[in-house]
Amino acid sequence: MKFVAVIRQVPDGESRLRVQGDRVDLSGATMILDQMDEYAVEEALRLKEKHGGEAVVVGFGPERTEEAIRTALAMGMDRGVHVVYEGFADPVAVAEALVEVLKEEAPTLVLTGGQQADWDSQALGGALAEALGVPVVAWTTALELEGDTAKAKHDLDEGAEWVRVRLPAVFTTQQGLNEPRYPTLPGIMKAKKKEIRKVQARLTPKVTLISEEIQEKSRLGKILDGKDPVAAAEELVRLLHEEAKVI
Amino acid sequence: MVLVVLDHDGNRLRKGSLEALTRARDLAQALGGKVAGVLLAEEKAPVEEARKYVEVLYTATLGPYTAEKWAAGVLKAAEASGAKAVVAPSSRQSRAYLGRVAYALRAGLLEDTLESRLEGGEVHATRYAYLNRVTQRVKAALPVVLTVKPNTTPLAEPLGGEAEVVALSVPEVPTVEVLERLQEEKKGVSLTEADVVVTGGRGMGSAEAFGLVEELAALLGGAVGATRAVVDAGWRPYAEQVGQTGKTVQPSLYIALGVSGAVQHLAGMNKSKYIVAVNKDPEAPIFKHADYGIVGDVHQVLPALIEAVKKLKD
Ligand SMILES: Cc1cc2nc3c(=O)[nH]c(=O)nc-3n(C[C@H](O)[C@H](O)[C@H](O)COP(=O)(O)OP(=O)(O)OC[C@H]3O[C@@H](n4cnc5c(N)ncnc54)[C@H](O)[C@@H]3O)c2cc1C
Repeated sequence: MKFVAVIRQVPDGESRLRVQGDRVDLSGATMILDQMDEYAVEEALRLKEKHGGEAVVVGFGPERTEEAIRTALAMGMDRGVHVVYEGFADPVAVAEALVEVLKEEAPTLVLTGGQQADWDSQALGGALAEALGVPVVAWTTALELEGDTAKAKHDLDEGAEWVRVRLPAVFTTQQGLNEPRYPTLPGIMKAKKKEIRKVQARLTPKVTLISEEIQEKSRLGKILDGKDPVAAAEELVRLLHEEAKVI
Repeated sequence: MVLVVLDHDGNRLRKGSLEALTRARDLAQALGGKVAGVLLAEEKAPVEEARKYVEVLYTATLGPYTAEKWAAGVLKAAEASGAKAVVAPSSRQSRAYLGRVAYALRAGLLEDTLESRLEGGEVHATRYAYLNRVTQRVKAALPVVLTVKPNTTPLAEPLGGEAEVVALSVPEVPTVEVLERLQEEKKGVSLTEADVVVTGGRGMGSAEAFGLVEELAALLGGAVGATRAVVDAGWRPYAEQVGQTGKTVQPSLYIALGVSGAVQHLAGMNKSKYIVAVNKDPEAPIFKHADYGIVGDVHQVLPALIEAVKKLKD
């Protein structure tokens, strides 16, 4: 069996974002393995631990993405493939770039994060599934293999459902599915020796990024001292009623 | 031709469909074409209502929702109508199955857009990125698949005619088998549509303490939200989670009680008009994102807030 996790590297959400010209400038940001993709890596590892076989991490993005692939290797993935591409790429183009590698790997199943923490896209799972001609289960919160099928629970817009799907299939991952492990020191040492195969991305971008702008709404920041809770609460309610006019 | 995917609850079109229609009509006008609708249903669909909004209506009854069947239905309608653009309301489900559609059409996918227009044969749009912190301007050549972020666009009015209804024959596709549907219990105002949201975080300390959160929400005619920490602790259902993996809300008033203000939480609420925070830690990140706040113990402040709101109402 072969379990593939598709990952990207993104800025840590807590790090300060700057805009330089008309692009987000990531040079000062801490870059991490997308936390949504971490659930995919963890699930691939658990499936391998339970059912045997191989766990492969496929990373898409610029040279620095190799760090995120190393993180996944340090968590325990067996080997990596890095599809190298500089710049913005929409999910259809990313799927185009990954389909050849994924077909070659012929995985039992493919996992990837439910939403990207940089471009906020939720479509990669669906696009990959279409590229591979297999079903997709989005926002998975439970996953078990049963022979050549999988039983999974996933979220819908309203509620959730249990499904059964013939493998191979694509699953998008999220919180609740598992608790991602931390890389251990021996894991980090071992990861240095694991193979990362480099592939130049072949894709035709379908979406062009024109500009990016930080638009964090400036807030009033009127913070009251709550030592006298009754007085503070009354003042807050007055402000919400008279100034903000929202109650 | 522009194709609009009409989302519904079996009885009525959802509000998001009327927003998507407005965008689809704008694009169709710029392209000099018409608007066709596609109405996919598990069993029942508001066909008569939908006919009033479009010039041709494609329908198919497909059984339980799966991304594959819905993608196949939209693709079939796109083919039948010769659409150059597919417009749909943005939802978790639509963003998953339209990834399939966009790939199949090798189309530019513009997800969760705030606005869109045709310019020099390309569709330009704006959308949020980086967990809702950045606004991106993007463009794609036709064909495009575009989803419309809720509450961004005026609602379309009926056209005054009744569209011809065309039943689609959707091909069988390999898909998932739905074993069991777990319905969310619905009570009070819907979280994503509420104009006031009162969210409790781990600082509330217990599931029982949410009784007061519910009371304040009810007084303000709003809905209760929760952080992931609260959902993980089992104090509140996942349906109430606000954030990157939960729901995105944009009320006039968002009250965060005992919430630290992690980015993944902010991603679901940082576009609210006014943000209010109550936290005992003056250094809590939430205060940087708040219009009003109280530094204090939520167990003392919340009962006082409830009393103050009651007093105001009298
Ligand atoms: C991939 C990913 C996705 C995620 N998605 C989401 C999501 O959708 N939604 C979400 O919410 N989180 C999400 N998270 C988790 C997020 O990072 C935070 O862990 C979470 O939001 C913290 O919840 P909290 O603020 O309730 O708890 P804490 O961080 O524990 O904060 C509790 C706060 O309460 C205050 N407090 C304690 N006692 C009192 C008191 N008596 N009175 C007043 N204040 C008090 C404390 O000072 C503190 O600031 C996600 C994380 C990841 C990695």
